[in-house]
Amino acid sequence: MTDEVPEIEFERVTKSFPRTDGSGGTFDAVRDLSFAVRRGELLAILGRTGCGKSTTFNLISGLLRPTSGRVTVKGRDPFTQFTWFRGKIGIVFQNDRLMPWRTAFANIGLGLELNKVEKDRRAEIAAFWLARLGLKDHGSDFPHALSGGMRQRVSIARAFAIKPEILLCDEPFSALDELTANALREEFRGLLLETKATAIFITHSIEEALKLGDRLMVFERPARIAYETGLRADMTEPDRDDVRANIRRALAV
Amino acid sequence: MSDGAGDIRANPPPLARERRAEARTRQFGKFEGVAAIVGLAVAWQIASYFFPNFLFPTVPAIAERFLEIFSSLDTTLDAFATGGRILLGLAGAFFLGGFLAALMAQSSPFERYAYPLLSFNQGIPALSWVVIAIIWFKGIEFRIFFIMVMTTLPGFTFQLLDAYRSISNDLYEMTLSFRPSRFDLLRTLIWPAVLPGILTSWKVNLGNASRVVVVAELVGATGGVGYQLLLQQQVFDMAGAIAWTIVLVIFVLIVQSLITLIEMRALRYRAVSERQS
Repeated sequence: MTDEVPEIEFERVTKSFPRTDGSGGTFDAVRDLSFAVRRGELLAILGRTGCGKSTTFNLISGLLRPTSGRVTVKGRDPFTQFTWFRGKIGIVFQNDRLMPWRTAFANIGLGLELNKVEKDRRAEIAAFWLARLGLKDHGSDFPHALSGGMRQRVSIARAFAIKPEILLCDEPFSALDELTANALREEFRGLLLETKATAIFITHSIEEALKLGDRLMVFERPARIAYETGLRADMTEPDRDDVRANIRRALAV
Repeated sequence: MSDGAGDIRANPPPLARERRAEARTRQFGKFEGVAAIVGLAVAWQIASYFFPNFLFPTVPAIAERFLEIFSSLDTTLDAFATGGRILLGLAGAFFLGGFLAALMAQSSPFERYAYPLLSFNQGIPALSWVVIAIIWFKGIEFRIFFIMVMTTLPGFTFQLLDAYRSISNDLYEMTLSFRPSRFDLLRTLIWPAVLPGILTSWKVNLGNASRVVVVAELVGATGGVGYQLLLQQQVFDMAGAIAWTIVLVIFVLIVQSLITLIEMRALRYRAVSERQS
Protein backbone atom coordinates (compact mmCIF):
# COMPACT_ATOMS: atom_id res chain seq x y z
CA MET A 1 0.00 0.00 0.00
CA THR A 2 1.30 3.44 -0.91
CA ASP A 3 0.84 6.67 1.05
CA GLU A 4 -2.05 7.78 -1.12
CA VAL A 5 -5.42 8.53 0.53
CA PRO A 6 -7.61 5.43 0.35
CA GLU A 7 -10.49 5.75 -2.08
CA ILE A 8 -12.86 4.30 0.51
CA GLU A 9 -12.16 4.13 4.23
CA PHE A 10 -14.11 2.86 7.23
CA GLU A 11 -12.77 3.87 10.66
CA ARG A 12 -14.37 1.98 13.56
CA VAL A 13 -17.82 2.31 12.00
CA THR A 14 -20.92 1.11 13.82
CA LYS A 15 -24.43 1.35 12.39
CA SER A 16 -27.38 0.59 14.64
CA PHE A 17 -31.04 0.40 13.76
CA PRO A 18 -34.07 0.52 16.06
CA ARG A 19 -35.63 -2.87 16.68
CA THR A 20 -39.01 -3.32 15.05
CA ASP A 21 -40.36 -5.70 17.73
CA GLY A 22 -41.54 -2.77 19.86
CA SER A 23 -38.91 -3.40 22.57
CA GLY A 24 -37.47 0.07 21.98
CA GLY A 25 -33.93 -1.30 21.74
CA THR A 26 -31.47 -1.22 18.87
CA PHE A 27 -29.36 -3.77 17.03
CA ASP A 28 -26.02 -3.34 15.32
CA ALA A 29 -25.92 -4.19 11.62
CA VAL A 30 -22.27 -3.06 11.45
CA ARG A 31 -20.00 -3.06 14.50
CA ASP A 32 -16.64 -1.37 14.85
CA LEU A 33 -15.74 -2.02 11.23
CA SER A 34 -12.46 -0.69 9.80
CA PHE A 35 -11.06 -1.24 6.34
CA ALA A 36 -9.69 0.72 3.38
CA VAL A 37 -9.89 0.28 -0.37
CA ARG A 38 -7.16 1.59 -2.68
CA ARG A 39 -7.89 3.40 -5.92
CA GLY A 40 -8.53 0.92 -8.73
CA GLU A 41 -8.84 -2.02 -6.36
CA LEU A 42 -11.65 -4.55 -6.63
CA LEU A 43 -12.72 -5.69 -3.20
CA ALA A 44 -15.07 -8.65 -2.92
CA ILE A 45 -17.13 -8.88 0.26
CA LEU A 46 -18.57 -12.24 1.25
CA GLY A 47 -20.91 -13.03 4.08
CA ARG A 48 -24.02 -14.85 5.08
CA THR A 49 -27.46 -13.31 4.68
CA GLY A 50 -28.11 -10.54 7.20
CA CYS A 51 -24.44 -9.99 8.08
CA GLY A 52 -24.63 -6.29 7.22
CA LYS A 53 -23.08 -6.34 3.74
CA SER A 54 -25.81 -4.21 2.24
CA THR A 55 -25.72 -1.78 5.19
CA THR A 56 -21.98 -1.37 4.57
CA PHE A 57 -22.77 -0.73 0.96
CA ASN A 58 -25.42 1.89 1.83
CA LEU A 59 -22.95 3.61 4.17
CA ILE A 60 -20.44 3.89 1.31
CA SER A 61 -23.04 5.16 -1.13
CA GLY A 62 -24.19 7.80 1.36
CA LEU A 63 -27.71 6.45 1.72
CA LEU A 64 -27.08 5.79 5.45
CA ARG A 65 -25.18 7.73 8.11
CA PRO A 66 -22.98 5.81 10.59
CA THR A 67 -24.10 5.74 14.22
CA SER A 68 -20.45 6.09 15.26
CA GLY A 69 -17.10 6.07 13.52
CA ARG A 70 -16.23 7.62 10.19
CA VAL A 71 -16.84 6.69 6.56
CA THR A 72 -14.86 8.57 3.93
CA VAL A 73 -15.01 8.16 0.18
CA LYS A 74 -12.42 10.08 -1.82
CA GLY A 75 -11.60 11.85 1.43
CA ARG A 76 -15.16 13.12 1.92
CA ASP A 77 -18.21 12.14 3.94
CA PRO A 78 -20.62 10.51 1.45
CA PHE A 79 -23.66 11.21 3.64
CA THR A 80 -23.19 14.92 4.37
CA GLN A 81 -21.60 15.68 0.99
CA PHE A 82 -24.09 13.55 -0.88
CA THR A 83 -24.44 15.67 -4.01
CA TRP A 84 -20.66 16.13 -4.40
CA PHE A 85 -20.56 12.49 -5.45
CA ARG A 86 -22.97 13.06 -8.37
CA GLY A 87 -21.57 11.14 -11.33
CA LYS A 88 -18.74 9.65 -9.27
CA ILE A 89 -20.44 6.58 -7.80
CA GLY A 90 -22.24 3.98 -9.86
CA ILE A 91 -24.33 1.24 -8.29
CA VAL A 92 -25.40 -2.12 -9.66
CA PHE A 93 -28.13 -3.50 -7.45
CA GLN A 94 -29.12 -7.07 -6.69
CA ASN A 95 -32.32 -6.66 -8.71
CA ASP A 96 -32.25 -4.58 -11.86
CA ARG A 97 -34.34 -1.67 -10.51
CA LEU A 98 -35.22 -0.46 -13.98
CA MET A 99 -37.90 2.19 -14.29
CA PRO A 100 -40.79 0.35 -15.98
CA TRP A 101 -41.92 3.47 -17.83
CA ARG A 102 -38.54 3.98 -19.50
CA THR A 103 -37.23 2.03 -22.44
CA ALA A 104 -33.92 0.17 -22.11
CA PHE A 105 -32.30 3.11 -23.91
CA ALA A 106 -33.80 5.69 -21.54
CA ASN A 107 -32.98 3.58 -18.49
CA ILE A 108 -29.32 3.50 -19.51
CA GLY A 109 -29.44 7.25 -20.01
CA LEU A 110 -31.00 7.97 -16.59
CA GLY A 111 -27.75 8.70 -14.73
CA LEU A 112 -26.48 10.81 -17.62
CA GLU A 113 -29.73 12.76 -17.66
CA LEU A 114 -29.49 13.42 -13.92
CA ASN A 115 -25.86 14.48 -14.41
CA LYS A 116 -27.09 17.02 -16.99
CA VAL A 117 -25.28 15.43 -19.92
CA GLU A 118 -26.51 16.91 -23.19
CA LYS A 119 -29.25 14.98 -24.99
CA ASP A 120 -27.19 14.13 -28.08
CA ARG A 121 -24.19 13.01 -26.05
CA ARG A 122 -26.51 11.03 -23.81
CA ALA A 123 -27.99 9.23 -26.79
CA GLU A 124 -24.52 8.49 -28.11
CA ILE A 125 -23.35 7.00 -24.81
CA ALA A 126 -26.55 5.00 -24.28
CA ALA A 127 -26.31 3.59 -27.82
CA PHE A 128 -22.69 2.62 -27.18
CA TRP A 129 -23.58 0.74 -24.01
CA LEU A 130 -26.56 -0.95 -25.60
CA ALA A 131 -24.29 -2.30 -28.32
CA ARG A 132 -21.48 -3.08 -25.84
CA LEU A 133 -23.78 -5.32 -23.79
CA GLY A 134 -25.46 -7.02 -26.74
CA LEU A 135 -28.75 -5.14 -26.49
CA LYS A 136 -28.51 -3.18 -29.73
CA ASP A 137 -31.93 -4.33 -30.96
CA HIS A 138 -33.67 -3.79 -27.64
CA GLY A 139 -33.15 -0.09 -27.05
CA SER A 140 -36.82 0.73 -27.55
CA ASP A 141 -38.10 -2.17 -25.46
CA PHE A 142 -39.68 -1.50 -22.10
CA PRO A 143 -38.35 -3.61 -19.19
CA HIS A 144 -41.38 -5.92 -19.14
CA ALA A 145 -40.41 -7.15 -22.61
CA LEU A 146 -36.85 -8.03 -21.54
CA SER A 147 -35.65 -11.18 -19.79
CA GLY A 148 -33.99 -11.09 -16.37
CA GLY A 149 -30.52 -11.31 -17.91
CA MET A 150 -31.21 -8.52 -20.37
CA ARG A 151 -32.65 -6.30 -17.65
CA GLN A 152 -29.58 -6.84 -15.48
CA ARG A 153 -27.36 -5.96 -18.43
CA VAL A 154 -29.31 -2.71 -18.83
CA SER A 155 -28.76 -1.99 -15.15
CA ILE A 156 -25.01 -2.67 -15.51
CA ALA A 157 -24.92 -0.39 -18.55
CA ARG A 158 -26.76 2.30 -16.57
CA ALA A 159 -24.09 2.19 -13.85
CA PHE A 160 -21.14 2.17 -16.28
CA ALA A 161 -22.60 4.84 -18.58
CA ILE A 162 -21.82 7.64 -16.12
CA LYS A 163 -18.14 6.52 -16.06
CA PRO A 164 -18.08 6.18 -12.29
CA GLU A 165 -14.84 6.41 -10.37
CA ILE A 166 -16.29 4.08 -7.78
CA LEU A 167 -18.56 1.18 -8.55
CA LEU A 168 -20.63 -0.57 -5.91
CA CYS A 169 -22.18 -3.90 -6.80
CA ASP A 170 -24.66 -5.60 -4.51
CA GLU A 171 -24.92 -9.26 -5.58
CA PRO A 172 -25.76 -8.23 -9.14
CA PHE A 173 -25.85 -11.75 -10.55
CA SER A 174 -27.58 -13.56 -7.69
CA ALA A 175 -31.02 -13.46 -9.29
CA LEU A 176 -29.81 -14.88 -12.61
CA ASP A 177 -29.42 -18.42 -13.83
CA GLU A 178 -25.87 -19.79 -13.72
CA LEU A 179 -25.25 -19.62 -17.47
CA THR A 180 -26.34 -15.99 -17.77
CA ALA A 181 -24.51 -15.10 -14.55
CA ASN A 182 -21.27 -16.64 -15.83
CA ALA A 183 -21.50 -14.77 -19.11
CA LEU A 184 -22.17 -11.51 -17.31
CA ARG A 185 -19.35 -12.08 -14.78
CA GLU A 186 -16.81 -12.37 -17.60
CA GLU A 187 -18.17 -9.26 -19.27
CA PHE A 188 -18.27 -7.41 -15.98
CA ARG A 189 -14.65 -8.18 -15.07
CA GLY A 190 -13.59 -6.94 -18.51
CA LEU A 191 -15.55 -3.72 -18.07
CA LEU A 192 -13.99 -3.08 -14.67
CA LEU A 193 -10.48 -3.54 -16.04
CA GLU A 194 -11.31 -1.22 -18.93
CA THR A 195 -12.76 1.57 -16.80
CA LYS A 196 -10.18 1.20 -13.97
CA ALA A 197 -12.91 2.04 -11.46
CA THR A 198 -12.49 1.23 -7.79
CA ALA A 199 -15.09 -1.42 -7.05
CA ILE A 200 -16.68 -3.14 -4.11
CA PHE A 201 -18.48 -6.29 -5.00
CA ILE A 202 -20.85 -7.91 -2.53
CA THR A 203 -21.55 -11.56 -3.18
CA HIS A 204 -22.69 -14.83 -1.63
CA SER A 205 -20.60 -16.87 -4.02
CA ILE A 206 -17.05 -17.89 -3.09
CA GLU A 207 -16.18 -18.61 -6.73
CA GLU A 208 -17.53 -15.25 -7.83
CA ALA A 209 -15.39 -13.51 -5.19
CA LEU A 210 -12.30 -15.47 -6.25
CA LYS A 211 -12.93 -14.75 -9.89
CA LEU A 212 -13.61 -11.03 -9.60
CA GLY A 213 -11.73 -9.71 -6.57
CA ASP A 214 -8.20 -8.36 -6.11
CA ARG A 215 -8.85 -8.79 -2.42
CA LEU A 216 -11.63 -10.38 -0.47
CA MET A 217 -13.13 -9.96 2.96
CA VAL A 218 -15.53 -12.26 4.77
CA PHE A 219 -17.98 -10.60 7.13
CA GLU A 220 -19.37 -12.17 10.27
CA ARG A 221 -22.55 -10.92 11.88
CA PRO A 222 -22.82 -8.00 12.72
CA ALA A 223 -20.60 -6.77 9.90
CA ARG A 224 -17.00 -7.24 11.07
CA ILE A 225 -14.09 -8.75 9.22
CA ALA A 226 -13.78 -12.45 9.97
CA TYR A 227 -11.22 -13.15 7.24
CA GLU A 228 -9.34 -11.07 4.72
CA THR A 229 -6.86 -11.94 1.99
CA GLY A 230 -5.37 -10.59 -1.19
CA LEU A 231 -5.96 -12.47 -4.45
CA ARG A 232 -3.27 -12.57 -7.09
CA ALA A 233 -4.05 -13.45 -10.67
CA ASP A 234 -1.15 -15.95 -10.69
CA MET A 235 -2.34 -17.84 -7.59
CA THR A 236 -2.01 -21.60 -7.95
CA GLU A 237 -5.02 -23.86 -7.56
CA PRO A 238 -3.75 -25.27 -4.22
CA ASP A 239 -3.40 -21.67 -2.93
CA ARG A 240 -6.94 -20.99 -4.06
CA ASP A 241 -8.10 -24.15 -2.29
CA ASP A 242 -6.53 -22.84 0.91
CA VAL A 243 -8.39 -19.56 0.48
CA ARG A 244 -11.63 -21.44 -0.19
CA ALA A 245 -11.15 -23.46 3.01
CA ASN A 246 -10.43 -20.30 5.03
CA ILE A 247 -13.52 -18.58 3.60
CA ARG A 248 -15.69 -21.57 4.49
CA ARG A 249 -14.30 -21.61 8.03
CA ALA A 250 -14.93 -17.86 8.39
CA LEU A 251 -18.45 -18.19 7.01
CA ALA A 252 -19.19 -21.01 9.44
CA VAL A 253 -18.45 -18.80 12.47
CA MET B 1 -21.70 -13.16 -23.31
CA SER B 2 -24.78 -14.51 -25.04
CA ASP B 3 -26.20 -12.76 -28.08
CA GLY B 4 -29.48 -12.21 -26.30
CA ALA B 5 -31.46 -14.55 -28.53
CA GLY B 6 -31.87 -17.04 -25.72
CA ASP B 7 -33.13 -14.28 -23.46
CA ILE B 8 -35.77 -13.29 -25.99
CA ARG B 9 -36.92 -16.87 -26.22
CA ALA B 10 -37.11 -17.11 -22.45
CA ASN B 11 -39.42 -14.12 -22.22
CA PRO B 12 -40.83 -13.18 -25.61
CA PRO B 13 -42.23 -9.71 -26.18
CA PRO B 14 -45.90 -9.72 -27.19
CA LEU B 15 -46.29 -10.82 -30.77
CA ALA B 16 -48.19 -8.82 -33.38
CA ARG B 17 -50.72 -11.66 -33.49
CA GLU B 18 -51.32 -11.36 -29.74
CA ARG B 19 -51.69 -7.60 -30.03
CA ARG B 20 -54.32 -8.04 -32.77
CA ALA B 21 -56.18 -10.53 -30.59
CA GLU B 22 -56.11 -8.02 -27.75
CA ALA B 23 -57.48 -5.29 -30.04
CA ARG B 24 -60.27 -7.66 -31.13
CA THR B 25 -61.09 -8.32 -27.46
CA ARG B 26 -61.39 -4.60 -26.82
CA GLN B 27 -63.59 -4.08 -29.91
CA PHE B 28 -65.78 -6.95 -28.77
CA GLY B 29 -66.12 -5.22 -25.40
CA LYS B 30 -67.32 -2.04 -27.18
CA PHE B 31 -69.80 -4.07 -29.24
CA GLU B 32 -71.22 -5.60 -26.07
CA GLY B 33 -71.62 -2.14 -24.57
CA VAL B 34 -73.53 -0.85 -27.59
CA ALA B 35 -75.66 -4.01 -27.68
CA ALA B 36 -76.55 -3.59 -24.00
CA ILE B 37 -77.63 0.03 -24.52
CA VAL B 38 -79.67 -0.87 -27.62
CA GLY B 39 -81.27 -3.68 -25.56
CA LEU B 40 -82.17 -1.19 -22.84
CA ALA B 41 -83.72 1.18 -25.42
CA VAL B 42 -85.76 -1.67 -26.89
CA ALA B 43 -86.98 -2.71 -23.44
CA TRP B 44 -87.91 0.93 -22.69
CA GLN B 45 -89.77 1.23 -25.98
CA ILE B 46 -91.72 -1.96 -25.22
CA ALA B 47 -92.55 -0.60 -21.76
CA SER B 48 -93.83 2.62 -23.38
CA TYR B 49 -96.58 0.55 -25.11
CA PHE B 50 -97.89 -0.65 -21.76
CA PHE B 51 -97.48 2.41 -19.53
CA PRO B 52 -98.69 6.01 -19.84
CA ASN B 53 -96.35 8.38 -21.71
CA PHE B 54 -95.62 10.52 -18.64
CA LEU B 55 -94.07 7.43 -17.02
CA PHE B 56 -92.42 5.78 -20.03
CA PRO B 57 -92.21 8.16 -23.01
CA THR B 58 -91.27 6.54 -26.32
CA VAL B 59 -87.64 6.35 -27.38
CA PRO B 60 -88.26 8.65 -30.40
CA ALA B 61 -89.82 11.24 -28.06
CA ILE B 62 -86.70 11.12 -25.84
CA ALA B 63 -84.45 11.37 -28.90
CA GLU B 64 -86.45 14.37 -30.11
CA ARG B 65 -86.01 16.12 -26.74
CA PHE B 66 -82.32 15.26 -26.81
CA LEU B 67 -81.89 16.89 -30.23
CA GLU B 68 -83.89 19.92 -29.08
CA ILE B 69 -81.34 20.51 -26.34
CA PHE B 70 -78.58 20.96 -28.90
CA SER B 71 -80.72 22.94 -31.35
CA SER B 72 -81.03 25.86 -28.94
CA LEU B 73 -78.02 27.93 -27.84
CA ASP B 74 -79.39 28.45 -24.31
CA THR B 75 -79.85 24.76 -23.57
CA THR B 76 -76.58 23.85 -25.27
CA LEU B 77 -74.87 26.33 -22.97
CA ASP B 78 -76.66 24.70 -20.02
CA ALA B 79 -75.13 21.37 -21.00
CA PHE B 80 -71.65 22.86 -21.35
CA ALA B 81 -72.04 24.80 -18.11
CA THR B 82 -72.52 21.58 -16.19
CA GLY B 83 -69.54 20.00 -17.94
CA GLY B 84 -67.41 23.02 -17.10
CA ARG B 85 -68.51 22.95 -13.46
CA ILE B 86 -67.59 19.28 -13.17
CA LEU B 87 -64.14 19.81 -14.69
CA LEU B 88 -63.45 22.96 -12.71
CA GLY B 89 -64.56 21.35 -9.44
CA LEU B 90 -62.47 18.27 -10.11
CA ALA B 91 -59.44 20.38 -11.02
CA GLY B 92 -59.82 22.37 -7.79
CA ALA B 93 -60.14 19.22 -5.70
CA PHE B 94 -57.23 17.61 -7.54
CA PHE B 95 -54.83 20.47 -6.87
CA LEU B 96 -55.94 20.95 -3.28
CA GLY B 97 -55.92 17.18 -2.71
CA GLY B 98 -52.46 16.92 -4.26
CA PHE B 99 -51.21 19.68 -1.98
CA LEU B 100 -52.71 18.02 1.11
CA ALA B 101 -51.37 14.60 0.05
CA ALA B 102 -47.87 16.08 -0.36
CA LEU B 103 -48.06 17.65 3.11
CA MET B 104 -49.36 14.41 4.62
CA ALA B 105 -46.58 12.44 2.96
CA GLN B 106 -43.92 14.82 4.28
CA SER B 107 -45.24 15.34 7.81
CA SER B 108 -46.69 12.63 9.99
CA PRO B 109 -48.02 15.08 12.63
CA PHE B 110 -49.92 16.83 9.83
CA GLU B 111 -51.19 13.50 8.55
CA ARG B 112 -52.36 12.49 12.03
CA TYR B 113 -54.63 15.57 12.13
CA ALA B 114 -55.60 15.75 8.47
CA TYR B 115 -56.52 12.08 8.02
CA PRO B 116 -59.41 12.01 10.53
CA LEU B 117 -60.69 15.35 9.22
CA LEU B 118 -60.80 14.03 5.67
CA SER B 119 -62.44 10.80 6.86
CA PHE B 120 -65.01 12.92 8.70
CA ASN B 121 -65.55 14.92 5.50
CA GLN B 122 -66.23 11.71 3.60
CA GLY B 123 -69.23 11.07 5.84
CA ILE B 124 -70.86 14.44 5.08
CA PRO B 125 -73.63 14.08 2.46
CA ALA B 126 -73.44 16.25 -0.67
CA LEU B 127 -76.79 17.81 0.26
CA SER B 128 -75.34 19.07 3.56
CA TRP B 129 -72.57 20.81 1.63
CA VAL B 130 -75.24 22.35 -0.60
CA VAL B 131 -77.04 23.81 2.41
CA ILE B 132 -73.75 25.00 3.93
CA ALA B 133 -72.68 26.58 0.64
CA ILE B 134 -76.00 28.41 0.24
CA ILE B 135 -75.73 29.83 3.77
CA TRP B 136 -72.04 30.71 3.54
CA PHE B 137 -71.61 32.04 0.03
CA LYS B 138 -73.46 34.41 -2.25
CA GLY B 139 -72.23 33.64 -5.77
CA ILE B 140 -73.87 30.64 -7.39
CA GLU B 141 -70.79 29.53 -9.32
CA PHE B 142 -68.61 29.69 -6.23
CA ARG B 143 -71.20 27.72 -4.26
CA ILE B 144 -71.13 24.94 -6.85
CA PHE B 145 -67.32 25.00 -7.02
CA PHE B 146 -67.15 24.77 -3.23
CA ILE B 147 -69.58 21.85 -3.12
CA MET B 148 -67.69 20.01 -5.86
CA VAL B 149 -64.35 20.51 -4.17
CA MET B 150 -65.55 19.51 -0.69
CA THR B 151 -67.23 16.34 -1.90
CA THR B 152 -64.38 15.06 -4.07
CA LEU B 153 -61.45 16.30 -1.97
CA PRO B 154 -61.08 13.25 0.31
CA GLY B 155 -61.12 10.87 -2.64
CA PHE B 156 -58.38 12.76 -4.47
CA THR B 157 -56.26 13.22 -1.34
CA PHE B 158 -56.40 9.59 -0.26
CA GLN B 159 -55.77 8.26 -3.77
CA LEU B 160 -52.85 10.61 -4.43
CA LEU B 161 -51.33 9.87 -1.03
CA ASP B 162 -51.67 6.17 -1.69
CA ALA B 163 -50.08 6.54 -5.14
CA TYR B 164 -47.13 8.40 -3.59
CA ARG B 165 -46.72 5.83 -0.83
CA SER B 166 -46.76 3.03 -3.41
CA ILE B 167 -43.57 4.26 -5.07
CA SER B 168 -41.11 1.42 -4.94
CA ASN B 169 -38.41 1.96 -2.34
CA ASP B 170 -35.98 0.11 -4.62
CA LEU B 171 -36.58 2.61 -7.42
CA TYR B 172 -36.37 5.48 -4.97
CA GLU B 173 -32.96 4.33 -3.70
CA MET B 174 -31.75 3.65 -7.22
CA THR B 175 -32.71 7.14 -8.40
CA LEU B 176 -31.26 8.69 -5.26
CA SER B 177 -27.95 6.91 -5.92
CA PHE B 178 -27.50 9.25 -8.90
CA ARG B 179 -27.87 12.24 -6.55
CA PRO B 180 -30.72 13.99 -8.40
CA SER B 181 -31.99 17.47 -7.57
CA ARG B 182 -35.47 17.61 -6.00
CA PHE B 183 -36.96 18.68 -9.29
CA ASP B 184 -35.23 15.85 -11.18
CA LEU B 185 -36.44 13.34 -8.58
CA LEU B 186 -39.97 14.62 -9.09
CA ARG B 187 -39.66 14.59 -12.87
CA THR B 188 -37.94 11.24 -13.36
CA LEU B 189 -39.41 9.15 -10.55
CA ILE B 190 -42.30 10.60 -8.58
CA TRP B 191 -44.41 11.95 -11.46
CA PRO B 192 -44.29 8.83 -13.67
CA ALA B 193 -44.78 6.60 -10.63
CA VAL B 194 -47.89 8.40 -9.38
CA LEU B 195 -49.41 9.03 -12.82
CA PRO B 196 -51.44 5.77 -12.89
CA GLY B 197 -52.90 6.71 -9.49
CA ILE B 198 -53.72 10.21 -10.72
CA LEU B 199 -55.56 8.87 -13.76
CA THR B 200 -57.49 6.39 -11.61
CA SER B 201 -58.43 9.13 -9.16
CA TRP B 202 -59.82 11.24 -12.02
CA LYS B 203 -61.85 8.32 -13.34
CA VAL B 204 -63.31 7.49 -9.93
CA ASN B 205 -64.02 11.09 -8.96
CA LEU B 206 -65.55 11.93 -12.33
CA GLY B 207 -68.44 9.56 -11.56
CA ASN B 208 -68.89 11.07 -8.10
CA ALA B 209 -68.70 14.60 -9.45
CA SER B 210 -71.38 14.02 -12.08
CA ARG B 211 -73.81 12.99 -9.33
CA VAL B 212 -72.88 15.79 -6.99
CA VAL B 213 -73.05 18.55 -9.60
CA VAL B 214 -76.68 17.75 -10.33
CA VAL B 215 -77.56 18.01 -6.65
CA ALA B 216 -75.65 21.31 -6.43
CA GLU B 217 -77.42 22.71 -9.49
CA LEU B 218 -80.82 21.45 -8.36
CA VAL B 219 -80.90 23.74 -5.37
CA GLY B 220 -78.85 26.71 -6.32
CA ALA B 221 -78.20 27.20 -10.01
CA THR B 222 -80.19 29.03 -12.67
CA GLY B 223 -78.70 26.93 -15.46
CA GLY B 224 -77.14 23.56 -16.09
CA VAL B 225 -78.32 19.97 -16.20
CA GLY B 226 -79.48 19.94 -12.56
CA TYR B 227 -81.49 23.10 -13.07
CA GLN B 228 -83.03 21.67 -16.24
CA LEU B 229 -83.91 18.43 -14.45
CA LEU B 230 -85.72 20.50 -11.82
CA LEU B 231 -87.70 22.23 -14.59
CA GLN B 232 -88.64 18.88 -16.16
CA GLN B 233 -89.82 17.62 -12.79
CA GLN B 234 -91.98 20.73 -12.33
CA VAL B 235 -93.70 20.22 -15.70
CA PHE B 236 -93.77 16.42 -15.27
CA ASP B 237 -91.81 15.88 -18.50
CA MET B 238 -90.20 12.46 -18.31
CA ALA B 239 -88.83 12.61 -21.88
CA GLY B 240 -87.03 15.86 -21.03
CA ALA B 241 -85.67 14.44 -17.77
CA ILE B 242 -84.28 11.39 -19.54
CA ALA B 243 -82.82 13.52 -22.36
CA TRP B 244 -80.97 15.78 -19.87
CA THR B 245 -79.76 12.76 -17.96
CA ILE B 246 -78.39 11.31 -21.20
CA VAL B 247 -76.56 14.61 -21.84
CA LEU B 248 -74.77 14.23 -18.52
CA VAL B 249 -74.02 10.56 -19.09
CA ILE B 250 -72.57 11.31 -22.53
CA PHE B 251 -70.38 14.03 -21.06
CA VAL B 252 -69.05 11.61 -18.42
CA LEU B 253 -68.43 8.93 -21.08
CA ILE B 254 -66.54 11.39 -23.30
CA VAL B 255 -64.29 12.51 -20.44
CA GLN B 256 -63.81 8.86 -19.35
CA SER B 257 -62.76 8.01 -22.92
CA LEU B 258 -60.31 10.91 -22.97
CA ILE B 259 -58.78 9.72 -19.70
CA THR B 260 -58.57 6.19 -21.10
CA LEU B 261 -56.81 7.52 -24.21
CA ILE B 262 -54.31 9.40 -22.05
CA GLU B 263 -53.90 6.26 -19.95
CA MET B 264 -53.21 4.09 -23.00
CA ARG B 265 -50.61 6.56 -24.22
CA ALA B 266 -48.98 7.33 -20.87
CA LEU B 267 -49.06 3.78 -19.51
CA ARG B 268 -48.12 2.00 -22.73
CA TYR B 269 -45.07 0.62 -20.96
CA ARG B 270 -47.26 -1.81 -19.05
CA ALA B 271 -47.28 -5.44 -20.11
CA VAL B 272 -50.17 -6.36 -22.40
CA SER B 273 -51.54 -8.90 -19.97
CA GLU B 274 -51.78 -6.22 -17.27
CA ARG B 275 -53.84 -3.97 -19.51
CA GLN B 276 -56.12 -6.81 -20.47
CA SER B 277 -56.89 -7.52 -16.84
